Amino acid sequence: MATIPANEGFDAHHDAHDHDHDHKPGFFARWFMSTNHKDIGTLYLIFAIFAGIIGGAVSGIMRAELAEPGIQYLGWWTNFLGGNASDFNATLHMWNVLITAHGLIMVFFMVMPAIIGGFGNWFVPIMIGAPDMAFPRMNNVSFWLTFVGFCSLMLSAFVPGGTGVGAGTGWTVYAPLSTSGSVGPAVDFAIFSLHLSGAGSILGAINFITTIFNMRAPGMTLHKMPLFVWSVLVTAFLLLLALPVLAAAITMLLTDRNFGTTFFDPAGGGDPVLYQHLFWFFGHPEVYIMILPGFGIISQIISTFSKKPVFGYLGMAYAMVAIGVVGFIVWAHHMYTTGLDVNTKMYFTAATMVIAVPTGIKIFSWIATMWGGSIEFKSPMVWAIGFIFLFTVGGVTGVVLANGGVDDNLHDTYYVVAHFHYVLSLGAVTSLFAGFYYWFPKMSGRMHSEFLSHLQFWIFFVGVNLIFFPMHFLGVQGMPRRYPDYALAYSYWNKIASIGYVIMAVSIVIFFINILYAFLAGKKAEANYWGEGATTLEWTLSSPPPFHQFETLPVIDDAAHAH
Amino acid sequence: MVGTVAPDARRNRNVGLMAAGAALAMLGLGYASVPLYRLFCQVTGYGGTTQRATADKLAGVKVAGKMIRVRFDANTAPGLPWMFKPQQVTQDLRIGERKIATFEAKNLSGRPITGTAIFNVSPEQAGKYFNKIQCFCFTEQKLVPGQDVRMPVIYYVDPAILDDPGANNIEEITLSYTFNETPESAAQAHNSAGAKPLALLAEKPLDRAQVRR
Repeated sequence: MATIPANEGFDAHHDAHDHDHDHKPGFFARWFMSTNHKDIGTLYLIFAIFAGIIGGAVSGIMRAELAEPGIQYLGWWTNFLGGNASDFNATLHMWNVLITAHGLIMVFFMVMPAIIGGFGNWFVPIMIGAPDMAFPRMNNVSFWLTFVGFCSLMLSAFVPGGTGVGAGTGWTVYAPLSTSGSVGPAVDFAIFSLHLSGAGSILGAINFITTIFNMRAPGMTLHKMPLFVWSVLVTAFLLLLALPVLAAAITMLLTDRNFGTTFFDPAGGGDPVLYQHLFWFFGHPEVYIMILPGFGIISQIISTFSKKPVFGYLGMAYAMVAIGVVGFIVWAHHMYTTGLDVNTKMYFTAATMVIAVPTGIKIFSWIATMWGGSIEFKSPMVWAIGFIFLFTVGGVTGVVLANGGVDDNLHDTYYVVAHFHYVLSLGAVTSLFAGFYYWFPKMSGRMHSEFLSHLQFWIFFVGVNLIFFPMHFLGVQGMPRRYPDYALAYSYWNKIASIGYVIMAVSIVIFFINILYAFLAGKKAEANYWGEGATTLEWTLSSPPPFHQFETLPVIDDAAHAH
Repeated sequence: MVGTVAPDARRNRNVGLMAAGAALAMLGLGYASVPLYRLFCQVTGYGGTTQRATADKLAGVKVAGKMIRVRFDANTAPGLPWMFKPQQVTQDLRIGERKIATFEAKNLSGRPITGTAIFNVSPEQAGKYFNKIQCFCFTEQKLVPGQDVRMPVIYYVDPAILDDPGANNIEEITLSYTFNETPESAAQAHNSAGAKPLALLAEKPLDRAQVRR
């Protein structure tokens, strides 16, 4: 029997059989036809690391180009990807291709697969005491849709996209740049890539919702679920409600491009601003999709290493629900400069600032959890505290940008780039590393090096702050986003940012050395290697957990329940 | 406890289908937003969408004393071989007063072309108060080769603008038109071009500096 999908159930024979041998299918069936949530989670994590290397390398090209004023490296990359660098416009188009690729890869193929597909798949079923996801085969389909979507995006870099090769529309794919402004198949491939990964994410969301609602172990009520599970539940709802709107918008783009419709073309009575509304109706919840599971991970870690339950558990859970709900009614704060009238701007300014309230509840509850706790500074805890600091910086600049009047000045400057990298690149990615070091020994059965993890943290922390903090200055000084060149006045802080990139890259090398170390020389991990503070269900299983866990459902009683 | 691990497959299917239904509903909402958005723009004047005056609306309009200036702007979409310009740069009128402005359009190409004019006003908050009674932009305009026409627009500015704190200090409204070739007309040109595909795109873009004699 290759796998035991949850809905097939267990009879006594299989039960005994699997207990004896922890039977795993052969390599191809196990990794390519997988229906096991842990294997699919592993696939997602490997895929996300791979995509992250590509997306990170793209930002390396960008930081190299921006280290000095003028155009230095873009021509080489244009030729490399089959374009014509003697056409200066094609060279500049390469810049647009790079920022597009960086954004799409990091959002759809690095953060989302890692945090939802990877950690979500691995630990949501375990934390609620379920044997697997509700729809194991659909889970497999989700992963491969994401994978094929990534291939489609990669393909787009090698076909004509209008001014040069590749899709140069930005991750927002605004019309009319993405319609009449980009002839050639590249943008079609990019849109198709979003369709595929979006479909994969919607299926994944359906799977998580069903799993969390229907498959909790006896006694695991919604209000006893670990906060990571809560965060994935809220995220799944955001995915379910936001992604179809993106699908509708980009399908309209596709028909505008290829079949003569005029949804976004004024010549036929359409309006390009409508695309922006649709995109940001998806796009704003999307940024919470990327950060909410990170909130969940941080809650688990802070609680574990403070050896206390999370402060204000219910408040923490419903703060995430509130962030999710309010996240759907603030989208036009991305569009302050499209000509909204003053009253509309006032509404969106106020609604956006409201989000700071539940977010503040979370930040202060994490700090209150640590307060009076018996804190151990193991590597995941250090990363988690780093997260709180970096995310708060990003949150504060977010409140600045929420003001319609201030945003008129800062819109599309590097201040915005600094803001969203502090919450995503530094926030979400830091939570990813925190989660990785928290759970890697559980997933692999091998301990990583705590020294290397700490070392990576400090180098990463210095590197990313050097990259992104100066961007606040550049933005306030008026340096616009999305250009490969800049005035001489901006060169000082750009140079610093590029040096920061090199430092950050060193920390990523340490990350890989640490993984290698774990597999080659790491100690075998015990079931609960973090000790008494780690109270959720994954710590009751061996490291790595058996191929099929909880064949006898755990029973959660009040004494054992853990947040 | 002996686990009855098998979760109820039917319950899973129900929740899964409900979630899928929610996703489909949001997909539908995405498409429904297109007509809803158009309606929203028409009703609120969002993005400088002007209003169309109805007979009973007209009857209630009283001419106010305050003067306002209307500036006219005419454009053609890239690749549309038309000359299109207003015959007056500005008009000064009392708020509530009806006024007629004319635009001139000429087909500079060797084929008949049908065009539609899209329009808005700036500043955008004036859209709600800018009423057109009659306009060449309400219908498609067909011009045979070389044809030169004068096209009227009859309009007034609603005195309600004086009661809107966000708009009552507006002293000048710019009314802008852009002519686009209708997709049908472009397709016809494309088909009749025969051996020369994309003849439309090959046309020299109209140099606006040249046509302004």
